[in-house]
Amino acid sequence: MTTDSILLDPTAETEAAVRARLPRPASLDGLTVGLLDISKPRGDVFLDQVEKRMTERGIAVRRYRKPTVIRPAPVEIQQAVATECDIMFEGLAD
Amino acid sequence: MLTVPNDGLLAIVKRDCPTCELVAPVVAQLAADQGLQVCSQDDPGFPEAVDKVGDDRELDLSHRLNIEIVPTLIRFSDGQEVARTFGWDRDAWGNVAGVDNLGADLPDQRPGCGGLNQDPSRLAELKIRHGETGIQARRVVIGEEEDAIEACYDRGWSDGLPVVPPTEARVMAMLEGTSRAPEEILGHMPPNLTPCTVEKVAINAVMAGCKPEYMPVVLAAVDAILEQDFGMHGVLASTRFVGPVLIVNGPIARRIGMNAGGNVLGQGNRANATIGRAVQLAVRNIGGGKPGGVDRATLGSPGKYSYCFAEDETGSAWTPLTMDRGLAAGTDAVTVFAGYGLQGVVDERGRTPEDLAATFATSLRAIDNINKFPSPDAVLVVCPEHERTFVEGGWDKARLHLELLERLTVPADDVMPGQHGIQEGADPALKGQMVAKLPPEGLLIVRAGGGAGKFSGIIAGFTVSSPNSSRPVTKEVRS
Repeated sequence: MTTDSILLDPTAETEAAVRARLPRPASLDGLTVGLLDISKPRGDVFLDQVEKRMTERGIAVRRYRKPTVIRPAPVEIQQAVATECDIMFEGLAD
Repeated sequence: MLTVPNDGLLAIVKRDCPTCELVAPVVAQLAADQGLQVCSQDDPGFPEAVDKVGDDRELDLSHRLNIEIVPTLIRFSDGQEVARTFGWDRDAWGNVAGVDNLGADLPDQRPGCGGLNQDPSRLAELKIRHGETGIQARRVVIGEEEDAIEACYDRGWSDGLPVVPPTEARVMAMLEGTSRAPEEILGHMPPNLTPCTVEKVAINAVMAGCKPEYMPVVLAAVDAILEQDFGMHGVLASTRFVGPVLIVNGPIARRIGMNAGGNVLGQGNRANATIGRAVQLAVRNIGGGKPGGVDRATLGSPGKYSYCFAEDETGSAWTPLTMDRGLAAGTDAVTVFAGYGLQGVVDERGRTPEDLAATFATSLRAIDNINKFPSPDAVLVVCPEHERTFVEGGWDKARLHLELLERLTVPADDVMPGQHGIQEGADPALKGQMVAKLPPEGLLIVRAGGGAGKFSGIIAGFTVSSPNSSRPVTKEVRS
């Protein structure tokens, strides 16, 4: 490890150095759920089923699809998910 | 890792040293006859006549032994150093090695060369690697593939512009800019009232882009905003526009290359830009004062990135602000003022001090609202062309100050709520009396700016000067 990858904390150090992930919500009630299809084969089949089950429970669902699995999501999709959804699910594998 | 002999001799050499080249035959002789262990700082193939040369290109052994000059010859006994010599001196080498008449064909003496471990950039790296910097701040390890500037953004350390990543080497260099101890606490930084050390200020000064030589000014500015009189918590928390405006006086302004001339309140000068930014970053990071948190500004101001300039003392016939604030002429000092923006004051036709005073007073009356009496404090920045008119008319700064305050004292009946169709106004209880727009201590006058243009400016403030609000604070710069 080079010393360039170690920074000195400029703050009062009242927060943890490693940022915790956001806590999982206790319930999906009232939240908007994004379902991201990353273009893996049959990911859409899986997410269709998830959408059906969520919609039956009255949960708002929005669908997104990456053009290709081999690259990160385009900025437009990242921004749409961040601004339109409270949480997101994605289908990771075949 | 290279080790020292428990009992025996050790030599530290480098190829890029004529004296080391000179004594190479002696080193080879001692290696063969006395078991001398040889380590090279730059090339383990040197000296060629020695079979096995230790590789100290990382300089860790040289650092542990605090080698200053090469060649250095050291004798160890029971693991302890018992004798040392450096450079070439036949008698001294003989004493350490216990061998007479070494290098008979060499000159008696030759000075050596500086050890590579003393090179400033290498020394900093060595001190970091050996945990000797004394820096207390928490180390934050970022990913090998992570961009350091982006990492600073992600951690919320930036004011919105890129920051210089605060590596230990950079912070060490920044701390060299002041003689004040890294652990010295300047005060408790609002809003969280956390201890503000010289070291933490240095980290934020690195991020702001400061040079080490700016540190004394940055520290004086932080000293000033932490004074009770300045009321940094209120300045930060206010819905008003304000932030600390820094005015630097004294020879240090020129020494560190601050701008007091053309575009003095604008962009383009590193010292002006980064000193003001360092103070703002210190409030943000050390105190935890962030927009949307305790910073509740309605509009804010571009000056909240940085607002720092120097008074043009050398070009002015007037006394500097430091003297107006009770310090001796030529004192290095920073005055902090809770202010915002810039209201331009244009008068290209006035030819007498009275003409310009009328313009300045009327413009100052506009602070907050023309009916607001009293109003927040103000800094009047007088440009050189306007100053010349005053000087030629025989007005010094004190005279201008007095004349402005007189012109800004009006019958309260003229500024009652409802006057001029404006609902703001002076306290109705003052009807029949005279009211002052500004108290004497609430008007600061400085002279700065480019040589061409009759364009002065008003930096309006936060509150009316009083012990219960924010007052300007001046602090001397300490080296």
